[in-house]
Formats: sequence, structure tokens, C-alpha cells
Amino acid sequence: MCGIVGLYLKNSALESQLGKLFEPMLIAMTGRGPDSAGFAIYGDEVSEDMIKLTLQHEDEHYPWHILAEKLEEEFKTDVSVMHNANAAVLKLKADETSVRETIAEFDPSIRIMSVGRSIEILKEVGLPEQIAERFTLSGMKGSHIVGHTRMATESGVTMEGSHPFSTGMDLCLVHNGSLSNHNRLREELQKEGIQFETENDSEVAAGYLTWRLRQGASVQEALEGAIEDLDGFFTFTVGTKDGFAVVRDPIACKPAVMAETEDYVAMASEYHALSTLPGIENAKLWEPDPGKVYFWGKG
Amino acid sequence: MKFDLKTQTVREVNQALHDLPKDKQAEVEINGISGDHNLAVGMDHPVKITLNGHAGYYCAGMNKEAEIIVNGNAGQGVAENMMSGKVHVKGNASQSAAATAHGGLLVVDGDAAARCGISMKGVNIVVKGSVGHMSAFMGQSGCLVVCGDAGEALGDSLYEAHLYVKGKVESLGADCIQKEMRSEHLEELSALLKEAGCDDNPEDFTRYGSGRQLYNFKVDNTSAY
Repeated sequence: MCGIVGLYLKNSALESQLGKLFEPMLIAMTGRGPDSAGFAIYGDEVSEDMIKLTLQHEDEHYPWHILAEKLEEEFKTDVSVMHNANAAVLKLKADETSVRETIAEFDPSIRIMSVGRSIEILKEVGLPEQIAERFTLSGMKGSHIVGHTRMATESGVTMEGSHPFSTGMDLCLVHNGSLSNHNRLREELQKEGIQFETENDSEVAAGYLTWRLRQGASVQEALEGAIEDLDGFFTFTVGTKDGFAVVRDPIACKPAVMAETEDYVAMASEYHALSTLPGIENAKLWEPDPGKVYFWGKG
Repeated sequence: MKFDLKTQTVREVNQALHDLPKDKQAEVEINGISGDHNLAVGMDHPVKITLNGHAGYYCAGMNKEAEIIVNGNAGQGVAENMMSGKVHVKGNASQSAAATAHGGLLVVDGDAAARCGISMKGVNIVVKGSVGHMSAFMGQSGCLVVCGDAGEALGDSLYEAHLYVKGKVESLGADCIQKEMRSEHLEELSALLKEAGCDDNPEDFTRYGSGRQLYNFKVDNTSAY
């Protein structure tokens, strides 16, 4: 069992309150997933020629400025660094592949959580409430956010096993359920050049999306492929630069409920997590159909 | 009697409901609900309970004798294993509504999601909207009335439950077939529609039931499962 929550703001006046609105949603899902939690927040977008990376290190006092100096030297550009607990968000003018290579060479113990122009992924082992507090979720601004609370089933309780999983530039995936064909699929994807860091089944789903997107599929097409090729139980929420998508397996084993008002679209594993949103009393509420891709956002 | 879940826990409220004197008919209102699970479960006497708000999982589970009204939506497994009494959901119901229920009546004013009436064992269910896929899966006894449409695999592996659908059926499950609507069925359906407060014409419904080919395992039928 795990909990998934997502919130996409239609009313930009609420963007300064995104973290505040989202924090109780994440904490409400503690019962479904008390061992780890994480979220991907979108906003504070950088220009087209820049990228933004979220990095993490076990050492809370990791000297990120030394890495920044190295990147400045390597790419002949300014690098801005923002610390948040044991994570850091770096912004610079460079391409994704070269930056990944440079960071891996500089210090392989640095974990790259996300790369994109808008996304920041923060996740950790522990109770959702502690994690929200640690990263000061309530003070965060942005346009949309997806989160996950984990109750480990397929693999151990580790930071690597916690969600969201990054699936490409500005894309991430959170999963509630369990996949039955992940071992074989992992082997097939590895042959296609997709790398995995854990034994986790959800990481295979993320790897599958990465593979389809690399082949040129749209998010919609990649998710339609996932319904065909992934066997098992799942509700996925996928964050994109402009919104989020929700998909359930064809027999809808895992729960999901949606709410929509003039101000926002929200999803959660249980209604309980939506009950603190403003105007929820009069929101349109429904359960997404099985085997169907839903997308909310721009374009 | 009134309860407020903003100040009281579900455990406290359920305990207070169970402690009500069995010989008196009480009326109870529960407010401040925000999707809490297990509301009004295990009732065992003829009390009328009104829940104002959206209920979480397993609301009114194992109900016996009580009349429980949900002024909102209900989560998974509403009225699961109900024995008698009535549960009325004014909004939509999530998956597995009235699963394995042995008796009583469940009325859903909106839609019910997948597996409505799964393994039903004598309960009557009236859904004024539509039901999701695999509804009445392995249904053994009782009636499922759907005023809207039914999703895929209606009545899959059905035993003896009676299914009445007014709208279209996406597909029938293994061993579920369309059946003749005889006078006793019209009578049964009319009574249920009336009890649920529906003014639909029973003659607009189609009856479905078991083809009785899969009761006992026969190797020749393997492909039908």
C-alpha cells in the first residue's frame, strides 16, 4: 500500500500557497505509507537555454559550492546554488548529459534526483510529516506538485526506493501498487540502455516511460503503452512540466479520486487527503476510469 | 443525538453507537466528516444514522438493522457484508459496494464504481446511476438493479443473483446471459424501484442471470472462464 497525491493550480493567484495547500494532503496519506515520502514540485522555471538540477547527498553539510565552482569552470557559466536540508538545487547553462557526466566524475556519491527546467524532487526515508518539515514544504511556491508516501512492498526501505522517480527532463512518476512482470521488463529495458539503481518495481515503470519518451513517444503515448506492457496493479501519477497525468490499471485495483474546482485539479489515493483543500465541499469529485489516461495542464 | 468528528474520534463515535440501548429507536447525526474510514460499522440495532459529508472506506460495514444515510460520496466497500437494514448513499459509491452482503438494501443515488455487489449473497442493491466493470462478480443471491449503464464483464461467474439493467451493458462476463423478464421478475423489480424511490418503468429494464454452465468445473468449459 502507498499513498499518492497531486495538486495542479488553475488559478495562478494560489501559487504562493502551493506548499501550504499540499502539505496536509501528503501528511493525510501517512496511514497508507509511513516509511518514506517525497514530492516533485514544479515552478520557478529557468529559461530555455538553462537547466535546473536537484541533487542530494547523505552529508547534510555537503560543500555544494565546491561542485558549483567545478561546474562554473567546466561550462564557463554562472551556477546558482540553493540549499534545502541535504539537497541542493543548481541552475546553469549547460546540457543534461554533460552535466550528469561531470557530476558523476566529480563525486559519484552525489545523487541526481531530477533534471529539467521546472521540476525539483525532494524525497527521504521517514514519516511524511518529518519530511515535509525537513524540506520546509509549507513555504514552497509553484504551479503544481505530485507526492508519494511509501509502504515498502517490492524492495527495502531506502531513499532510492522512495518516490517520485525521475523519468526524464521535467518528468517524474509516483506509483501505488505492485508490478508482476518487473524483473523481465527490467532486463529488456537494460538491453535498451536504461539504467536502474534499485530492485524496486516502480523504478521499472519509470524506466519504461523514460524508454518510450526517448523513442519519441508523447507522455500520453508512453502511458498508453504502459497500460499494455506493465502487468500488475497500479495507479500512476506522472508529473510533467505543464501538468500531471493519472492512469490506473485496466481492472482498477488501486484507488484514486479526483477533485476539480475553478481553482485547481487534485488527485489522491483517498478522499481524506483532499478534504483540507479550499472549496472541496462544492468540488466536482469522481474516480478515474480504469485503463484510461487522464491529463491536466497546459497543452 | 449528534457527533462531530472534528472533536471526536471514529473509535469513540462507533463505540457510542454500539452502546445505544437496543430496545429504543434512536436518531443520530454525524458531522465533521472528512473521508474518515469505518464509519458506523457493525451496527446491530434499528437506529437511524445520518452521515453529513463524504465517507471513507467500509462505511456501514456489517450493518444489521440500522438505516444509514450518507449525505455525500462513500469510499470503497460501503455496506460490505451487510446483513439487514438499509444504507442510502446520496452521492457516488466507490468500488466493491455491498461486497459479500447477505441482506438488507443498498441504494446509491449516483454511480457505483467497479465490482459493485461482488459476491453478493442476498443483498438488494439499487444504483440510480451506472455501475463499473465486473459488477455482481460471483453474485450468489439477491438483486442488482442498475438504472444507468453497466461496465465490462457484468455478472462474471454468476451463480443465482438477479441483475436488472435499464441502460446498455458494455459486456457480459463468463456464464452471464440475458434472460426473459417474467411477471415475477417485474414484480420483484417494481418493489425494489419503489423502495429505493425510483420512478423508472420496470418494463424498460433487461434481466440478466446465470447460464448455469460453470457451477461445477468441467474441463470442456475451461476456455469460458
